[in-house]
Amino acid sequence: MEELSQLSGRVSEISYALDTFYFLVMGALVMWMAAGFTMLESGLVRAKNTAEILTKNVGLYSIACLMYMLCGYAIMYPGDAFEGGVFSALANIGILGSADNDAASVIAGDSYYSGLSDFFFQVVFVATAMSIVSGAVAERMKLWAFFAFAVVLTGFIYPVQGFWKWGGGWLNAMGFLDFAGSGVVHLCGAAAALAGVILLGPRKGKYDKNGNVKPIPGANLPLAAIGTLILWLGWFGFNGGSQLQVTGVDNANAVALIFVNTNMAAAGGLIAAMLLSRVWFGKADLTMVLNGALAGLVAITAEPLTPTPLVATLIGAVGGVIVVGSIVLFDKIRIDDPVGAISVHGVVGIWGILAVCLTNEEAKLGVQLIGMLSIFAWVFITSFVIWFLLKKTLGIRVSEAEEYEGVDLHECGLEAYPEFAKTE
Amino acid sequence: MKMITAVIKPFKLDDVREALGDVGVQGITVAEVKGFGRQRGHTEMYRGAEYVVDFLPKTKIEVAVADELVEQVIETIVNSARTGKIGDGKIFVTELSHVVRIRTGETGDSAV
Repeated sequence: MEELSQLSGRVSEISYALDTFYFLVMGALVMWMAAGFTMLESGLVRAKNTAEILTKNVGLYSIACLMYMLCGYAIMYPGDAFEGGVFSALANIGILGSADNDAASVIAGDSYYSGLSDFFFQVVFVATAMSIVSGAVAERMKLWAFFAFAVVLTGFIYPVQGFWKWGGGWLNAMGFLDFAGSGVVHLCGAAAALAGVILLGPRKGKYDKNGNVKPIPGANLPLAAIGTLILWLGWFGFNGGSQLQVTGVDNANAVALIFVNTNMAAAGGLIAAMLLSRVWFGKADLTMVLNGALAGLVAITAEPLTPTPLVATLIGAVGGVIVVGSIVLFDKIRIDDPVGAISVHGVVGIWGILAVCLTNEEAKLGVQLIGMLSIFAWVFITSFVIWFLLKKTLGIRVSEAEEYEGVDLHECGLEAYPEFAKTE
Repeated sequence: MKMITAVIKPFKLDDVREALGDVGVQGITVAEVKGFGRQRGHTEMYRGAEYVVDFLPKTKIEVAVADELVEQVIETIVNSARTGKIGDGKIFVTELSHVVRIRTGETGDSAV
């Protein structure tokens, strides 16, 4: 009898190790999405702004990690402090890592993965949300104003709405469904980006005197393509890890289904965007094709578990259609978003949140709408205030001359491709 | 001595270089340039919006030759760079007053 109980204890410990391992590997895949965003964005800006967008991406990732450790995680997952509301969670600051689960609690079945693996998985999500912002404001925003905003978004704005859903807050209590974050991560990042872009204005030369769109082609489409494929890979961690557990037949099957659905949605989005741009513009615009794959991924993120692979493909395909129309529309209304981040993550994020209702019987359209609107309103309004304060103090936009010469030289003091630089 | 400057379609460079070598030209200078002529630019699409590409990529060749070779070199370039379609380019011939070979200090025809 004692042997049997020892054996069951060992099984619990091995499950714990396996779930922790799975969680960490999924988190590492999500971390790699930072590389995807970095490459995608550096491919879609002009060569003179390459080093600066690289600096922004690696800088924001590290700022997100630091801020989430200092206060973001405590605000988003207050645990027992929850009773006292969001702000009492601030009392938890600094306790991270003080004690992880001990063997007794694992064997008793109280916890099934390491507490720090949870922190690691969550911290790479907040970095993803912030990465969305950098592309939309590219080529004209001041580097340090951007970093200042990153501090606030990753340390406060993101964690508050994350708490509403994943931390056990009011949206969760209401029955709002957002499996891996079409709303909490993607719409959040896009809403912050939209507020910034509105206050920032379009890049110089994006519109002619009559207000017609003048395209500014990206410098390096191979980088944009590899960036998209890296994001595609990272998304398996993003959605697959959000099951939170892999041991047991049900969990294992769920993770496998999520991988398949995530992959199919990306393929569906890519094909839909490719066909639409061929029919609409007369050519398969690679940048739209790449955005289509990302749109498919964002669309399936709110619910990658209940659709069949065929339905997941269709949900992704609708995302791919939406994103092409949305990018053209935003261009027309002078919301200049060099990489299409607001369309990919915001507009398609909304589609993803609503699409949950198609396959998940527990979803209620009204609740999904409330969730979507409250996330958007919170992030947009707080971001707008922060951007506005930054505009009045630091200033958020580089001078016209700096924008003309490229922010690489003025913000970073170096160029991405110095062989082609003038040396006088 | 004459300086023969030809602006040609980039993909014709190898043919021209080979043909010039065959008639005894000993050196040329090549640059990637952009410009427009009767062919003008063309329109492209990027993310759903059209834009005009005003300047097309061309290759510029400079050949310095002795007077007796001029007609032959011009003919050679014309024959090897021609596709018969618009945008084949132009040849400009200018007087060359003085040439110096840096290594030896030779001047005139022997420096070309």
